[in-house]
Amino acid sequence: MVDRSVIGVTDDGYTMEVERGKIREFARATRSANADYLDAPTPVIPPTFLTTQQFWSTPGTGVFAKVKMDRKRLLHGGQEYVFHGPPPAAGTRLHVRTRVDDIYEKDGARGGTMTFVISVTEFRDDEGRLVAEARSTAIETARPPVEGGAS
Amino acid sequence: MIAWDDLAVGAELPAREYGPLTLTDFVRYQGASGDFNPIHHDTAFARAAGFPEPFSVGMLQAGILGSYATDLLGPANVRRFAVSFREQVWAGDVLVCSGAVTARHEDGERRVDLRLEVRRRDGGTAIRGEATFVVA
Repeated sequence: MVDRSVIGVTDDGYTMEVERGKIREFARATRSANADYLDAPTPVIPPTFLTTQQFWSTPGTGVFAKVKMDRKRLLHGGQEYVFHGPPPAAGTRLHVRTRVDDIYEKDGARGGTMTFVISVTEFRDDEGRLVAEARSTAIETARPPVEGGAS
Repeated sequence: MIAWDDLAVGAELPAREYGPLTLTDFVRYQGASGDFNPIHHDTAFARAAGFPEPFSVGMLQAGILGSYATDLLGPANVRRFAVSFREQVWAGDVLVCSGAVTARHEDGERRVDLRLEVRRRDGGTAIRGEATFVVA
């Protein structure tokens, strides 16, 4: 059972550098051969690249440490990225902050209660302009997941 | 890249296959992304959690879907990219990425909304996705 009192809680925030080599590594790991990622001197980031934010945060300081979800029953239900203009390019410094947006429960299709935790991360440039937003849905299942569930 | 005139509502994007995926692909993605959940590479850990073997990182197939969409519509043009995870993906799976245009917008700039899918060639839907791209 997850503590709903953490809705609205925000982490301390951190800074993330968008790096060309990291973009190249990520593009290749996601099967892209697009020259705009691999060869451009200042490539934009791939659509799901901001997941690499986890390299820049300090482990244990994120909002999920406060939500206290059970890792063995944890599923990633969904992920959304919104870009307010072209995605940020290599050389951009992003100021990152995550908040717990919502927590709610639903009855699972296979019985038991599933808890949904929605977190929203804002990415701002040095001028404070909102460049991108990420919305993540984490699910704590009633019991360890079985084949056919989400990943 | 696909032209505006070829992106009528209902138009299908050309499908593309990726894979078969291997455990090495999972590990490579985990290194690139920073998600080192052992359930995606450690067989003993996966079995202890009730799975027969490690399975792919959901965000790997999401990333492959992103590569598929940006190859067709341009890396700089994406404005929204959303996925929901359905079936898990396993080593040996061939993934089929596909999509179709669901809406067109012309309020100052041309944009298309897409529905996207990653299907396991020998299974069901792994990911349902949506995206919005600017079209020149």
